[in-house]
Amino acid sequence: MFITNQFLFSLITAIFVGGVAGCLGSLMLTKRMALVGDALGHVALPGIGLALLLGLNVSLGAFVFLLAGVLLIWFLEKKTFLPTETLVGVIFVLSLALGFLITPQPELLEALIGDISKVSLLDTTLSIILSIFVLYVINKIYPKIMLASISEDLATVNRINISRYNLIYLLVISVIVALGVKVVGSLLIGALVIIPAAASRIFSANMRQYIFWSGLFGVFSCVFGILLSGVIKLAVGPLIILVCTLFFAVCLILKKTHN
Amino acid sequence: MQNILEVKNLTVNFNNEKVIDNLSFNLKKGENLVVVGPNGAGKTVLLRTLIGMIPFEGEIKWEKDVKIGYVPQKILPEKNIPLSIEEFFNFKKIDSNQIVKALKSVGINDLSVLKKKIGVISSGQLQRILIAWSLIGNPEILLFDEPLSGIDIEGEETIYNLLSRIEKERDLTIILITHDLSVVYKFADSVLCLNKESICYGPPQEALTPERLSQLYGGEIKLYKHVHH
Repeated sequence: MFITNQFLFSLITAIFVGGVAGCLGSLMLTKRMALVGDALGHVALPGIGLALLLGLNVSLGAFVFLLAGVLLIWFLEKKTFLPTETLVGVIFVLSLALGFLITPQPELLEALIGDISKVSLLDTTLSIILSIFVLYVINKIYPKIMLASISEDLATVNRINISRYNLIYLLVISVIVALGVKVVGSLLIGALVIIPAAASRIFSANMRQYIFWSGLFGVFSCVFGILLSGVIKLAVGPLIILVCTLFFAVCLILKKTHN
Repeated sequence: MQNILEVKNLTVNFNNEKVIDNLSFNLKKGENLVVVGPNGAGKTVLLRTLIGMIPFEGEIKWEKDVKIGYVPQKILPEKNIPLSIEEFFNFKKIDSNQIVKALKSVGINDLSVLKKKIGVISSGQLQRILIAWSLIGNPEILLFDEPLSGIDIEGEETIYNLLSRIEKERDLTIILITHDLSVVYKFADSVLCLNKESICYGPPQEALTPERLSQLYGGEIKLYKHVHH
């Protein structure tokens, strides 16, 4: 296969973003926020649309809207005592409607399923730096959030400021979703966050294995998805998610037959 | 002796309904307080309010910089949550020697339990693990919320014998919620009968009269006073 610089940029970006999305997804699954990543992908849509309209970086546009969405959710959660899921649900459909209105028709498909074939060297470098940063933050907050998701009482007695960690956690999700929409688009980013973790959870005996395999499934899905797209000339985003789901199915079947 | 906890006119409302009504009590260092009362009487709410989880009116005054251990009635784990018991202990940032010591003090000598997932162990064993976990960091006071159903006891030692032993070894103050009235006589320095408001409060021999108990549980109740040997 003829490997161009462009192809390498896509591959490297996807590996970093996919791996970190997988790790982060493992935390979302334990917090029972499986659908939040999905919803946030949609929250990003108006931002993506606006960026495409103005010729700005897609991730930047997405991030601005995600940040606003996440802060709104965090704030409303504290003020209204409604479940996060309800709030996310409301904001998510609102964003979707706005996104469809804003995004120019020809670019709508790119916004929805991503297009990694055009990432620049700058995009790639930024993705690498931000992914490593997010990984570092996840590593710091993981034990605290895990403990809080098992028992908020135990976390509080141990002087963990749950609200603060939830905010940091939502912020890093925004960063990863913003980076991920470039790879798989706003429609599919939820899958890239959740499916690797769901696959890893099937067989992991402890937290270390769980995080490690979530990340690795994320990386593998992106690599195989991109290679596959090079061969059969179909859109990368959906192929990445197909590979992802394949890992999940294999894990499930192996577990069933093992039992 | 110094008070480790002073509660004055404590009231907790859920949706404009009083769950705890004008409750006052004090706890001296080293004393054991047992809280009894029917289901829905606000016992767990009381403990969760004391640790700062629930907004309240009135006054809760802890001794300055007091270290609190809390053993909740239950924790969330779904059966397949990928968290080993060893990792659960590591949340407290301690070395493995301390884990082993904490497990031994609650009567767990088989260390293979550390590799197990936290969602798959028996409720009796989970109770012990939670006690061990709460003891790490040497709390001065332990808040213990007994599960509703009788837990399966492994080995000879009951949870109450275990608590008595730990209390003596570590010079702890304990607040214990229980359904088992016989525990009150064995264990309590003072008893608090709670049914939203305080029905009785004081040393068990004085406070736990048959009249108070029928008032607390709303009917006839058979009480077996355990004679101390």
